[in-house]
Amino acid sequence: MNAATSAAPHTATTDTAAVPKAQFDCKPIALVVGLVALALPAMGGMANWLTLTLAGLAMGLIVFVIASGLTLVFGLMDVLNFGHGLFIALGAYMATSVMGWMPGAPVAGVFVAMLVAMAVAGAIGLAFERVIVRPVYGLHLKQILITMGGMIVGEELIKAIWGPLQIALPLPDVLRGSWIFGEAAIEKYRVLAAAIGLVVFAALVFTLNRTKIGLLIRAGVQDREMVEALGYRIRRLFVGVFVAGSALAGLGGVLWAFYQQSVIPQIGAQVNVLIFIVIIIGGLGSTLGCFVGALLVGLVANYTGFLAPKVALFSTIGLMVAILLWRPQGLYPVTNR
Amino acid sequence: MSATNTLTPPLLELTGVHTHIGAYHILHGVDLVVPEGEVTMLLGRNGAGKSTTLRTIMGLWPASAGELRFTRGGKGERLNGLATPDIAARGIAYVPESMGIFTDLTVKENIVLAARSARHAGELDTQRLEWIFTLLPALKKFWLYPAGKLSGGQKQMLAVARAIVEPRALVLIDEPSKGLAPSIIQNLITAFRELKRQRTTILLVEQNFKMARDLGDRVAVMDNGRVVHTGAMAELADDEALQQRLLGLSLGAHA
Repeated sequence: MNAATSAAPHTATTDTAAVPKAQFDCKPIALVVGLVALALPAMGGMANWLTLTLAGLAMGLIVFVIASGLTLVFGLMDVLNFGHGLFIALGAYMATSVMGWMPGAPVAGVFVAMLVAMAVAGAIGLAFERVIVRPVYGLHLKQILITMGGMIVGEELIKAIWGPLQIALPLPDVLRGSWIFGEAAIEKYRVLAAAIGLVVFAALVFTLNRTKIGLLIRAGVQDREMVEALGYRIRRLFVGVFVAGSALAGLGGVLWAFYQQSVIPQIGAQVNVLIFIVIIIGGLGSTLGCFVGALLVGLVANYTGFLAPKVALFSTIGLMVAILLWRPQGLYPVTNR
Repeated sequence: MSATNTLTPPLLELTGVHTHIGAYHILHGVDLVVPEGEVTMLLGRNGAGKSTTLRTIMGLWPASAGELRFTRGGKGERLNGLATPDIAARGIAYVPESMGIFTDLTVKENIVLAARSARHAGELDTQRLEWIFTLLPALKKFWLYPAGKLSGGQKQMLAVARAIVEPRALVLIDEPSKGLAPSIIQNLITAFRELKRQRTTILLVEQNFKMARDLGDRVAVMDNGRVVHTGAMAELADDEALQQRLLGLSLGAHA
């Protein structure tokens, strides 16, 4: 396109002046970096800081895997799905079952568990969309009530299948323990979880920016009606996003369960609060915002958990309040909304 | 005069179309004929139902009564009850009053989405694209810019380009001149005139009389959710008394 601009110099100068250069808004990312830097003197030593920062990033990336589908589901169809936690719980419980079936090959079991969890959560997501979400399009209050109801039913079914008690989910020996760098201990599993989170983020960014499906999703988040007027069936797109989001929640559930090394039936409800905080911080519908928000939540939870465990209980809510005072629409507001 | 083209059915024919939006009854039996290969202007006061007519054709509001008949290549069918994507798939493009630009996407990405047959920019019809660039040169220059950063006029050009990036049977355009500077409007008129020369069928809602007079072959004037006058655009343009009666203003004064 440079050739075009040089070919028409007189119009180029006037028009370019009228159109500001595309600028990437890097303040939210600077906020993450600033938070990490500020934490360094507060943590009482490099080793603590490194451990906590990596733990925070790992937690943030797991939360991102879980929340990414939810933010797209909201952005694309304005659907508030409070039942998202069900897919997390399903993933976590599938992990306990798969690990039980494959006692001989625990490391392979972890990866098989991830695949099985994604498949099961995706399939249940398809049914959940058809039976529970579809009748309440456009009705926020009913969406909240019925999706919460769906999650309660799911939670009871989980109790019926796997029992109401906590189930231990130990990591395979190879993934247990830490690498020691000087005085800093870096848990192996957290590195694995963070790597998976980064792969998911990269895959999402690629899909959303480089494929037509991704373009349609981004366009649909801004203006559903126009996407339909251009001739695309947004319902079908939405079902696809819902299923993919549920599968990612299942994957995130596996990661979360191994992170906690135990599973309880209420796991979905617990994580639900966290992911809603994350997508509100990020700006409803924004994938990048969800990513940055998840990192912030992970870091703040770990830092405050170390410095003042009692404060940690509401630190993420406090973070949300602070962010919303700064940017009431979230870190990366979706325009046209 | 309106007895032209009676041998072949018109591309689009609305008969007694009623549209309700919630509790409001907006269209009260619209009768409208859009002949193929011509520019039909839809005029009328604010609130007369022009935009609602376009949205009803596009299936964005459902018609509660009446018939929308679309005839192409001798094959006629009802558009009533079809979903918007299916209506678009029949070759009907829509430029809404709000323009409907995807502001987070680049100009290129907006165009790629509008071209249903292209999976990525490499599959766009380059010849047609070059033709669009000559009509609307700003798009070439800002090809890789986020569409949200464009000026109002450039956004409107993008909205029009999306509607014609592939050949369409019918293009619905809602008030393209709204809020634009006269020089930009002139550019749009030039572009539409080129479309007209290529016998693109256009149904154009417009308040700008210069544009209406320059482009329109036929005109339909709406009031209170009905079409109250149809005829040749030139006829209305020459008859100030008729303008006064139908539109409550003398369009001659605007010329």
